[in-house]
Amino acid sequence: MASRYYGAEWRRLNARMLILLPVQEVLRSLPLLLGLLVAGSSSGSGPEWSLIGAALAIGAGTLRWFTTTYRITSDQVQVRRGLLRRRTLTVLRDRIRTVDVTAHALHRVLGLARVSIGTGRSDRRDGGGLKLDGLSVQEAAQIRDVLLSKPAADTAAVAVDAGTADVELIRWHPAWIAYGPFTLSGIVTVLVAAGFGYRILSAANLNPTRFGPIHALLHDVGRTSPVLVVLTIVALTVVVTIVFSTVGYVLAFWNFRLTRQASGTLHVSRGLVTTRAVTIDENRLRGIEFSEPLLLRAVGGARCIAIATGLRVGRGAERGGSMLLPPAPRMVAVAVAAAILGDAGPIRTQLIGHGPVARRRRYNRVLLVMVPLLTVLLVAWWLGGLPAWPWQVGLAALAAGLPLAADRFHSLGHAVVAGRLVTRSGSLARRRGVLSADGIIGWNLGQSFFQRRSQLVTLTATTAAGRQAYEVQDVGVAEAVRVAELLRPGLLAAFFEEPRPAPTRETAGQL
Amino acid sequence: MSPVAVWYWTTRAAIGWLVILVVELIWLLADPRAAVWLGVGLGATLVVAAAHLVVMPRWRYRVHRWEVTPVAVYTQAGWFHQERRIAPISRIQTVDSERGPIEQIFGLMNVTANTASAAGPLRISGLDREAAQQLVDQLTASTQQTQGDAT
Repeated sequence: MASRYYGAEWRRLNARMLILLPVQEVLRSLPLLLGLLVAGSSSGSGPEWSLIGAALAIGAGTLRWFTTTYRITSDQVQVRRGLLRRRTLTVLRDRIRTVDVTAHALHRVLGLARVSIGTGRSDRRDGGGLKLDGLSVQEAAQIRDVLLSKPAADTAAVAVDAGTADVELIRWHPAWIAYGPFTLSGIVTVLVAAGFGYRILSAANLNPTRFGPIHALLHDVGRTSPVLVVLTIVALTVVVTIVFSTVGYVLAFWNFRLTRQASGTLHVSRGLVTTRAVTIDENRLRGIEFSEPLLLRAVGGARCIAIATGLRVGRGAERGGSMLLPPAPRMVAVAVAAAILGDAGPIRTQLIGHGPVARRRRYNRVLLVMVPLLTVLLVAWWLGGLPAWPWQVGLAALAAGLPLAADRFHSLGHAVVAGRLVTRSGSLARRRGVLSADGIIGWNLGQSFFQRRSQLVTLTATTAAGRQAYEVQDVGVAEAVRVAELLRPGLLAAFFEEPRPAPTRETAGQL
Repeated sequence: MSPVAVWYWTTRAAIGWLVILVVELIWLLADPRAAVWLGVGLGATLVVAAAHLVVMPRWRYRVHRWEVTPVAVYTQAGWFHQERRIAPISRIQTVDSERGPIEQIFGLMNVTANTASAAGPLRISGLDREAAQQLVDQLTASTQQTQGDAT
């Protein structure tokens, strides 16, 4: 039952953390211990040094349990930690926007979970929040309910609320795994793995080319044609990326479930090995981002991200915390977005296009970069010195850039639907942002020299939620004012000397 | 915006150019063999610096605009890329004022109105001290009247 009071005494983390903290500390200092082992092995005492290091890490981990305490009072959450440098971190309960409960594999073995408390400080990298690493699963759930429950006038109302059932908006379907390969998340994994492997090799002073099979392989490669080698590398990369992306998808989104809870929050739980539960207060929800990256769009997929204050997209500890739907069939994504917004209009509506000048500007972006570059490469090749492949690559990039420009123009669009700004742009990462008018806390109107000449403007709605700014690119000045006036009447028009007649829907954006 | 700001911007730019000129002069004295080229470079620097010092501050003074009404704050800045920003007073969270050492000499001050969005601080630069203080007081007073956390 969600009550607002939890008892104000100082508490310790769960005692089982005495097992986990030393392990975590050793794992965290593993690169250092490996380094000690390698560095020490030259003097013949590598194992001893790394044993001392491990003992220190275990000691530090154990100490951390004894020095960390927390308490939840009626108006704040405090964490005290540190031995020599005692620190007290305080978060006011009014400011708490999200409570994120995660449990990685070791946590789950011990029945523990980590509680991350997020506040609305989007200007800070750590989000200004704090973490309680290591509470029992029940305690974590209880704290989440306590912290997110409204300061109710009478506790009876809360009790009634808590009794009502949660509504499940969407549940994971195994067929969605098919979208995994198209998320490309594997590329990051592959790069990180490659980087880590390289660092270990260089730290250990090993030369892989001296290793028998690799040596033989390199020897063979030297004799085959370079085209074949490049093709093989590309094919290998693609296969590895697909495998990693799929595995990553399954690890992150297994058992995904989105529910709307009676207390007015959205609840996301997911994960195979590391489970994660994010709770977003619907009072903080300012809209939804409906994103269709190029590859995912090609196979009819889409995903949804929350635009909520205090949840900055893709940042630090709250990374991924704003996800509302993993890559899934587009129909499902539309339905989920509509269910959250309570209106399918913003997602389904036909957007107003941005006219021929906006189209030209998309092409100019490609041509103004690629044509001069290509010319330089060609001249350098013609006059000798430079091999032919740079300009060939350049030409291929130009050929790929033009359809991309066409698609970027095709993506451009905006609309005002039922008091919400809808704006769409991008090709490789096409995003449709739906932002409610009360989430808009200001307007930026940017005009480059070329935009001024063609009477275009980029209208940016600033907000405390999500990406902090949502742009309507390359619209006519009059249309920008019209959109701004529809959403927040009387704000923008007051600063424009000559009010222009509002264009009709048909001519909008055709300036 | 105070007309003194023009002289402040001139001074600040002049200091920057002075550093470049001193470096070039030292190089000229240290390496007499390349004297011709360095001399040409020095001359070119002088011409560009003079043009910059004459044009830039006046242009900047012309394009920088701001306005505060009872409901909103408005700023405009930029030469080639023009940026206009509007924020309702009800959504302003903090008002900062600051001045650098050179601005201190000229008696100037900057005022920045921050909203809850990371994308939209409104910066008004080159105000004289009294006007800046007055603006800060006015904004602070009207911001305090609004309830909630302005998100």
